[in-house]
Amino acid sequence: MSSVASMQQSQAAAPSVRRSGVRDLLTRAPVSVVVVLICFLWSLPTVGLLITSFRPTQDINTSGWWTAFQLPFNFTLDNYNTVINADGLGNAFANSLLVTIPSVVIPITIAAFAAYAFAWMKFPGRDLFFATVVALLVVPLHTSLIPVLRLYVNLDLNGTFLGIWLAHTGFGLPLAIYLLYGFIANIPRELIESAAIDGASPFTTFTRLVIPLSVPAIASFAIFQFLWVWNDLLVALVFLGTNAEVEVVTRSLSELVGSRGQSWEVLTAGAFVTMLMPLLIFIFLQRFFVRGLMAGAVKGG
Amino acid sequence: MAQQATPNPPQGTNWLVDGPGRILVSAALPVLAFLLLWQSFIFMRDADAPKLVIGVVALLVGVGGVWLLYYAINRLVETLPDDTRDKLRPYVFVGPALIILTVFLVYPALNTIVLSFMDARSENFVGLDNFVFAFTDESMQVALRNNALWLIIVTSVSVSLGLIFAVLVDRIGKWEPLAKSLIFLPMAISAVGASVIWRFMYDAKPASRPQIGLLNAILIETGSDPVLFLNEIPLNTFALMVIMIWLVTGFCVVVISAAVKGVADEILEAARIDGAGEVRVFFSIIIPSIRTTLITVGTTVFIMVLKVFDIVYVMTNGRRETEVIANRMFNEFYRNGNYGRGSVLAVVLLIILLPFLYLNLRDLRRQKG
Repeated sequence: MSSVASMQQSQAAAPSVRRSGVRDLLTRAPVSVVVVLICFLWSLPTVGLLITSFRPTQDINTSGWWTAFQLPFNFTLDNYNTVINADGLGNAFANSLLVTIPSVVIPITIAAFAAYAFAWMKFPGRDLFFATVVALLVVPLHTSLIPVLRLYVNLDLNGTFLGIWLAHTGFGLPLAIYLLYGFIANIPRELIESAAIDGASPFTTFTRLVIPLSVPAIASFAIFQFLWVWNDLLVALVFLGTNAEVEVVTRSLSELVGSRGQSWEVLTAGAFVTMLMPLLIFIFLQRFFVRGLMAGAVKGG
Repeated sequence: MAQQATPNPPQGTNWLVDGPGRILVSAALPVLAFLLLWQSFIFMRDADAPKLVIGVVALLVGVGGVWLLYYAINRLVETLPDDTRDKLRPYVFVGPALIILTVFLVYPALNTIVLSFMDARSENFVGLDNFVFAFTDESMQVALRNNALWLIIVTSVSVSLGLIFAVLVDRIGKWEPLAKSLIFLPMAISAVGASVIWRFMYDAKPASRPQIGLLNAILIETGSDPVLFLNEIPLNTFALMVIMIWLVTGFCVVVISAAVKGVADEILEAARIDGAGEVRVFFSIIIPSIRTTLITVGTTVFIMVLKVFDIVYVMTNGRRETEVIANRMFNEFYRNGNYGRGSVLAVVLLIILLPFLYLNLRDLRRQKG
């Protein structure tokens, strides 16, 4: 093996050290072709959906979306008009916002207070409580569904926004505390202490110093949680029930699949409406998005 | 609120600042805050007000209410004598989190374990009946087998693809971010949305009519008959797995790519100078150097796949032998109202995750020690 290696070495050594050598160009071209091919294949399903959503029903059912770019062009916004108004996806979109925004802000607030206490205060039970938080990172929300649903039925919280906010708060809290703790615990001790010397109470230190310093961590978690709640189906199915008034986009879309499974003009436009928010976040906040997802990796969805 | 204007000098003489009034005012604050929140909750629960009004109240309460509660309780604690105050304050900060974790995670998990030993309506203990059902019932065996297949296939395929793509995109220069974005994009889409996308890909029409699903159109072009991807056993289960692979591979690419960049250039160059081909460099240097990342990514995908629900629920709802644990669990307790069986399936998921719980705690102890 080593003799073969040394033979190849004499041939390849010189060009491979210089990165812009001819060999480099030759190896890069096929790699680029493969990468372009992969990206093309990966985008194809989404592109097909997007194009179809702008085609008239008649065309969708009689020809493939890949034929849409033959003259004469025939595109329409009717499908969107139908799903947003007649099929109630506009209403569901508003509901999704109403569910998601507090389901992001409440756990962040509660977690930030807790993370600060875990990081900078001494109290009996601290290590045990924190170990519990770490253990809960892995506990699936599935074990919570039945008992919490029964509790909600008793309290009349079933099918209410408050109910689902609290549920998402509970399920998102371990990760939020864990992430914010990692960040807040690394704030330099001198900063926290100098605030105390200046006479700031822990509450003031927290709101004026710790929260502003933690913005990157908060943003990462906020985006992770936003996408998680927006895209969630299971928790919405269980705690929002069948009440159409509080239906969120994921549930609306899954209902449409059941009731109008072959009306592709409705399904494609509907799917795109549900994807709009996540795609906007993806495009404009990609840096935080990636960081948030990587941070969320410990939880594993 | 009066004492907020006074900057709390210890020698203050205002009765609102250090007299009994101070405690009174401060005690009233949390009570008022709580009453206010409670009233708005009831309003939102019962009101027939227009959606916009409820929405605005909801956002105000949801977003501002929590802060108000902390502020009010903190004010109350600040009025107490120094030593009591210092003992209580940490619990003001950490207490709400602990209460919510207990109510929404700890207690329910324990309760679910108890319910898994009880009958459908949680009235009588039935011993291990539900566990016997979970592991011997014929339809459950299908679900367990499918879940195992999902775990093995989706995890290994998406991590492998992620690794290959990550190494490839590392070499295409300035277009790398765009390429990664395109592969990563499905990660932003809900599993429900992805299911609709792929339902359309898999669409099948009778051979006499034009195909509008891309995959069957390609099959027809190559002279085959249309395939009912979601009906044919066992093809349908694999068709569902493809959706999950499509969703999570981008995540694998992004995380693994960061690790690949961390492999020192000198080592790679040295290997190449020693005559190692690209394949050898890949297996002997890149893979061993990023082993930890591969394990982390694999674990993450494993946990995601274990809980797969949405895709199966939307595409087939478990029909034609595509059932998985989480979907069966939902249908047992939500559709069939069988709390015993629903609970036992949740417990099965929990048991599979216990090793990860142990590993997390071990890592925590290591960090502390």
